[in-house]
Amino acid sequence: MVTTALERVRRVAGEVVDPEIPVLTIDDLGILRDVRVDASGHVDVDITPTYSGCPALDMIRADVASSVRAAGYADVTVNVVLSPAWTTDWMSEVGRRKLREYGIAPPRPRESGMQLLQIAVACPACGSAHTSEVAHFASTQCQALRRCTACAEPFPHFKEH
Amino acid sequence: MIAVAADPAAVYALRLADDGLVLSHRLAQWSSRAPALEEDVALTNIALDLLGQARALYARSAELDGSGRSEDDYAFLRDERDFLNCLLVEQENGDFAVTVMRQLLFSTFQLEAWTALSESSDMQIAAIAAKAVKEVTYHLDHATQWTLRLGDGSAESHVRTQAALDQLWPYTAELFENDAVTRDVVAQGVAPDPERLRMEWDASVDHVLRQATLERPSTSWAPTGGRRGLHTECFGYMLAEMQHLHRAHPGAQW
Repeated sequence: MVTTALERVRRVAGEVVDPEIPVLTIDDLGILRDVRVDASGHVDVDITPTYSGCPALDMIRADVASSVRAAGYADVTVNVVLSPAWTTDWMSEVGRRKLREYGIAPPRPRESGMQLLQIAVACPACGSAHTSEVAHFASTQCQALRRCTACAEPFPHFKEH
Repeated sequence: MIAVAADPAAVYALRLADDGLVLSHRLAQWSSRAPALEEDVALTNIALDLLGQARALYARSAELDGSGRSEDDYAFLRDERDFLNCLLVEQENGDFAVTVMRQLLFSTFQLEAWTALSESSDMQIAAIAAKAVKEVTYHLDHATQWTLRLGDGSAESHVRTQAALDQLWPYTAELFENDAVTRDVVAQGVAPDPERLRMEWDASVDHVLRQATLERPSTSWAPTGGRRGLHTECFGYMLAEMQHLHRAHPGAQW
């Protein structure tokens, strides 16, 4: 029974969307870190911020609590954990695809520094690899602004972090 | 007035938090006033990172000294003499060169400090630092790019950038000041030795200044006092602006 509750709570919490990029769930983003349900039915959900000052975090925290409560688990605590620090490598493949379809170039893998230099940021509109950075800071902390030299479309890039 | 925390690690965390909050507010003053839209966005993004780091550090400081103070208590209900930020971060924005130079000098310090602090014996400070390292790396890159463009740019931009460096340089000595608090936190393994940070900072800043054709000032005037709550004149005006709404309407929410 406890296992079933855990699976259910994990799914419900993971489906909460990022208010700034509403195509992504917190599970896609990799910021849902852990879910625990104890014998008394108390639920603990651990989430981690993308950036220290992410203004979406308070809203995500409230949304997770209300979703878990709505699923029938009234006794829920949402914890914010800082360590280990979030990285874009935790973003799921599904999340990367959804970002691209939404018009945001997904982050490239960070694991190998060499690899990062070799992979171009492709334009989410036309797919061209000929793109350049316009500004390193953009509409949210996690994005940079780029421009495609092939189709001339400006687009945001979820920057590697 | 709120009594100053006695626990050395709490005071140390408070100093770092105040650095972040005050610089965050200064950068936010550029909002809608920066030379270009991209800079407006960049400076306020950096401000947001610093504010996020400060919030986490205030929470840690309140845990360490057991005072239970809230973020609002720290930001809005302390007077000038209770703030422990260094003098460099409170200096007025000036022209864009002053802001860029303040950012270069301070981000270099922060990057060295956060890197060392990510191995702090205080696990919470170490976690805050490990996140901050990634963020400040962007800040320093931004400041470095601008320092190179302005310092090694036109005759006018070179003169203004050198003037900004000359104006701010005296305030950098305080970043590496050693006092009873730093000696205690260094001994506890909470914080790195300021002298070690100074050597790394010197090498890093010198490298950028050389590339930007700027001359390292040779002044020996080194004002201090920020870490003890003694601030420069401009800071009171900044606080009055920052705290006005909360003090006029206590507990205001929206």
